[in-house]
Amino acid sequence: MRSGHGNSLRLMPVLFIAPALLFFVVYVILPIFQSFYISFHEWDGLGEMEWVGFGHYAYLLDDDRFYTSLKNNLLWLALYMLAVPAGLFIALYLNQTVRGIRLYKSMFFFPFVISQIVVGLIFSWFYNPSFGVVGHVFEFFGASPPSILGDERYVTYGIIFAGLWPQIAYCMILYLTGLNNVAPEQIEAGRLDGAKGWRLLWHVVLPQLWPATFLAIVVTVIGALRSFDMIAIMTQGGPYGSSNVLSYYMFETALSEYGFEMGYGSAIAVVLFLIMLCFIVAFLWKMYQDEKDWR
Amino acid sequence: MKRALASFAMAAMVLAGSANAGELVIIFDDPNPGPKAAFEKVVADFDAANPDITVKLSINDREAHKTAIRNFLSADAPDVTAWYPGNRMGPFVDAGQFEDISGLWASDPNLSSSFEAIKPTMTRDGKQWGVPYSYYQWGMYYRKDIFDKHGIAEPKTWDELLAACAKLKANGVTPITIGTKYLWTAAGVFDYLNLRTNGYEVHNDLTAGKIAYTDDRIRATFGKWEELVRPGYFVENHASMSWQDAIAPFAKGEAAMYVMGNFAVGAMKDAGLTNDQIDFFQFPEITPGMPRAEEAPADALFIPSGAKNKADARKFLAFVARPDVQSEWNIAIGQLPPNSEAKVGDDKFIQEGMATVSTASGLAQFYDRDAPAEMAKAGMEGFQEFMIKPDRLDAILKRLDKVQKKVYK
Repeated sequence: MRSGHGNSLRLMPVLFIAPALLFFVVYVILPIFQSFYISFHEWDGLGEMEWVGFGHYAYLLDDDRFYTSLKNNLLWLALYMLAVPAGLFIALYLNQTVRGIRLYKSMFFFPFVISQIVVGLIFSWFYNPSFGVVGHVFEFFGASPPSILGDERYVTYGIIFAGLWPQIAYCMILYLTGLNNVAPEQIEAGRLDGAKGWRLLWHVVLPQLWPATFLAIVVTVIGALRSFDMIAIMTQGGPYGSSNVLSYYMFETALSEYGFEMGYGSAIAVVLFLIMLCFIVAFLWKMYQDEKDWR
Repeated sequence: MKRALASFAMAAMVLAGSANAGELVIIFDDPNPGPKAAFEKVVADFDAANPDITVKLSINDREAHKTAIRNFLSADAPDVTAWYPGNRMGPFVDAGQFEDISGLWASDPNLSSSFEAIKPTMTRDGKQWGVPYSYYQWGMYYRKDIFDKHGIAEPKTWDELLAACAKLKANGVTPITIGTKYLWTAAGVFDYLNLRTNGYEVHNDLTAGKIAYTDDRIRATFGKWEELVRPGYFVENHASMSWQDAIAPFAKGEAAMYVMGNFAVGAMKDAGLTNDQIDFFQFPEITPGMPRAEEAPADALFIPSGAKNKADARKFLAFVARPDVQSEWNIAIGQLPPNSEAKVGDDKFIQEGMATVSTASGLAQFYDRDAPAEMAKAGMEGFQEFMIKPDRLDAILKRLDKVQKKVYK
């Protein structure tokens, strides 16, 4: 009996995890290797696959569009990080008990609830030089409005700014939940020791918010790397590819109307995957270290 | 968006999956009210003429269709599908996913005699793969009232066009409107400049990858384009506008000309313009004596090689090719019938369009249908970049040469 019991104890977790694992392997792990495989071929998705070795990667190294996309990805990564402190400050500001605070909180959270596509659409109207708000503001001051989404100098910043709106709301909600768990005794103790303002925030509140901060950084990094919807709806990577990022460039070459170059698209996907892998490994390592400290 | 595509594909599969004998599954790609109603009428007439055949029709969103077709052709093919001729049908023909219907073209007297002009477009590897049901002209649409106000006549030559542009610009009207957000509109301008500068052969050789983009002839085309770009003859901010957005300045009288296909007339009228305010002229001559070729993209119907009911599908294509069917259908949608025996609508743009294409020395499909997709994409991005940063011409042409080498190897 005892041995049977032990078996089922060992077996049950495996059984429970099996369905999820199966789908994870079929829909996530296998396609990763498939992408590697396809990236070594020339393939239009219909006909025969033709082996080209590292040909696509060699072409990538010499592809202006690829470098533009890579540069924009880095811009996204850097500027998207602003969502973390911005979310923190809004959360701190909203973390008080006044009449109607729930309404304000939900209004701040609103941009995260609506679809990214809608956000993108709203901002493309907002930026429109002839009938958008930005156009009217510039005209009010007697200046001719810039075409934010039509000018290679501003377009990426314009899209990142639009993307920040829901991302800040996301970080805000993470911090709001985090703030619920901040021990009031510790703040009280800090106050008694004469800490206030920035010092109190930095030395007493923030350390307790570390789990929320970590999560906010993770979702923001991932959000920045997979930024796709905004670009698809606002510019389609234009003008002439200057607002492209790797994920959209991959879609464009492999799956869009003018694409169906599965091999080259896969090569881009592999590069994006490797970049993501760096972050994922870093995050996992950090999580592992934290767990170790807990024990 | 992806989810929408998936559901379209699913819907297509479900419909196709339930096909059985005597049932004809058709997938069409234009859900706009006019074209949809016109096609439904064609289907209803076919149904009435063939009581033993039941047609199952599903209509995809035009853009979604372009992606969905790749799934449904190999997964569960309908019996008839809408698609584009020229190079756009190439990948499916080469992959063996379209049915060779040369036999029908040879045996059907109507198809073999009344489609001479458009037959080359439907031909690949010496065989015919589909039946065209409609095409339309491109050219310069302009605000007649604005031209009249400033005493400008329809330009016939390049110099007259430049003079007209200068005069409009001096009077505070932007000469030409365009929206290049989705790129292809710029290809229309390029095609016309290239056809008028270098002719039909060069257009075909360029899109077939036989001429480099750094070739002096192509440079000459861009030189002409520069004469429009440098003085600011195109609307500002065109990179952030779609072709529909670009109608706004045209309708408001802030811009006077638009290089467009005939489908734009409907949108112009929806924007509040009347037949008296808009008119059409053929893109002016650039190289004197160059035979005039035109852009006239066609839409066609194809039989997938995986179709279950190919016999009835052939019947349907033969029906669609009939002159009376083509007349009624194209009059309804305001386009031109490819069948030379068919009647043409009496709308003034249709009449002018017919006069334009029937006297042309060659008909181009359009840059993004004549060139392979990957080349077209890079090329059109290059055109857009050139219209904003003409100084970068050298870099753009070199990049296009590089893409060309990769695409046509």
